[in-house]
Amino acid sequence: MKTFGGPALFLDRADINTDEIIPAKYLTEITKEDLKPYLLEDLKLPGFDPKGDKTRAARVIVSRANFGCGSSREHAPWVFEVNDITTVIAESFARIFRQNMFNCGMAAVELPRERIDTLFRYAECPDASIGVDLEKQTITVQGGGEVESFAFDISPFDKALVLAGGWVDYADQRY
Amino acid sequence: MGKTTAEKIFASHLVDEPFPGTRVLRLDVVMCHEITTPIAIADLMARGKDRVFDPARIKAVIDHVTPSKDSKTATQAKILRDWARRHDLKDFFDVGFNGVCHALFPEKGFIRPGYTVIMGDSHTCTHGAFGAFAAGVGTTDLEVGILKGVCAFREPRTIRVNLTGALPAGVYAKDVILYVIGQLGVNGATDRVIEFRGPVVDAMTMESRMTLCNMAIEAGGTSGICMPDGVTVDYLWPFIQDDYPSQEAALAEYSQWRSDDDAAYDRVVDIDVSGLEPIVTYGYKPDLVKPISEMAGTPVDQVYLGSCTNGRLEDLRVAAQILKGKKIAPTVRGILSPATPQIYRDAMQEGLLDIFMEAGFCVTNPTCGACLGMSNGVLAEGEVCASTTNRNFMGRMGKGGMVHLMSPATSAATAIEGVMADPRKYL
Ligand code: SF4
Repeated sequence: MKTFGGPALFLDRADINTDEIIPAKYLTEITKEDLKPYLLEDLKLPGFDPKGDKTRAARVIVSRANFGCGSSREHAPWVFEVNDITTVIAESFARIFRQNMFNCGMAAVELPRERIDTLFRYAECPDASIGVDLEKQTITVQGGGEVESFAFDISPFDKALVLAGGWVDYADQRY
Repeated sequence: MGKTTAEKIFASHLVDEPFPGTRVLRLDVVMCHEITTPIAIADLMARGKDRVFDPARIKAVIDHVTPSKDSKTATQAKILRDWARRHDLKDFFDVGFNGVCHALFPEKGFIRPGYTVIMGDSHTCTHGAFGAFAAGVGTTDLEVGILKGVCAFREPRTIRVNLTGALPAGVYAKDVILYVIGQLGVNGATDRVIEFRGPVVDAMTMESRMTLCNMAIEAGGTSGICMPDGVTVDYLWPFIQDDYPSQEAALAEYSQWRSDDDAAYDRVVDIDVSGLEPIVTYGYKPDLVKPISEMAGTPVDQVYLGSCTNGRLEDLRVAAQILKGKKIAPTVRGILSPATPQIYRDAMQEGLLDIFMEAGFCVTNPTCGACLGMSNGVLAEGEVCASTTNRNFMGRMGKGGMVHLMSPATSAATAIEGVMADPRKYL
């Protein structure tokens, strides 16, 4: 199983799509590692720098509704994976992206809007970080001397995939 | 309580329910292209599992960048080609025979009512036009599909979109689906199937139904679905005539997949299309739509006609009818990519390619190319393209470029004027 949690990167916009996460021109790369430098290259957000220290240090991404919409490319979870970002927390996800995350043994955590708003209150803290406990299904956000914790839902299937380290071995043994 | 088409397909293909709410389905067709499949192949090889569950049920094509434009894309093509040969895939389409997957595979008769279909491509929802459950998946799901012929899904709920009235002249399936996406929003159908119903759909060709279903994903939908009917049987008849004594017999069997009258829907949306105008997008999301009357006059640098949404013969006919005897504006580059070799040849024999070339269009080979900004018409920073494709995300057709989605008719009128234009004055 992968490790989850750490410094958080806040992307304050809905509908962040897979072309913004990893542009199509890099889909010709044959290994996941080759994708590493191109993380979020085409995303334009005020104050966001794809090459900045905050982006490079991030282990968790927090965003708004419909995260990961667009193409089916699993290169989107992979570019997170090779940059050690194993958790994305959002108000909602596009179906294929969400499944791709779990299929790779990573976590796509959905939280209601009020909870996401709460998390965004930490966006300005330079030390904002989020702990993720998948067993207990809780996340803990801290920054600027404050700490808050809450529970999240995850389907038993998705949880099993994370624990098994992905879908390929699970399916090959079972079907 | 009756069942929807999706529910019937789920029930008949269920292999396992490992956890409540998770359905593992048996797959009828697994489709592959050279962008998302090579990594699945590499991973299967690394795991010592370089096998395929059934070579007859796997279809593969090189379509996104073809013929290869550089060593990297050539390597991707080679990995897919070598794998297809190694496993004896009968249905593998290489240069000379290849076209855009979601246009090519239906044309070959691979999709039938009641089928389950996956592909490592988000627009797999297109194939729901045949009354199938067809869903785009990522590389890992594709890998398991190739290896075991199964895929896990949440049981999808269905949104029923009733299309009533009559399509006005100059308004097509593309305008309808852009309008529907505008109504539902880009995530209005997440984890849902969109069932397209009503007299407007009944009167549509299979090509138009594919245009509708193609963009279900742009509202977040898992699959679009149309009811199998006489139009479906007509389209499939050349492929199934040895299997059924008559078209009526085929229709009777396919009808079992139609949603029951008392099926339950998550939501029902009624749209009367009679007052619809041609629709275009104006921003970086496909739900940002406006009638052409509000966008007319917007300058464009390029017009692109092609893709799995609108690169079929009926699309080319509509555009050619408008372009006939005219020239495109000198400030505009026109690019046409017929979606498959068959469409290309039919268009050639009908004289459509002549019309496009007389007008000043460049006709490229069948490929995805510019649709995803890979080749054959990538935009420069700040450039604008009027396009019959399905995605207008920032950078989709090239970094810093802007894409306006529209019908083939609207794009043809726009090519003539060099600015966005209403096709209805050319009809
Ligand atoms: S034509 Fe465009 S949308 Fe369709 S499969 Fe090719 S890249 Fe995807």
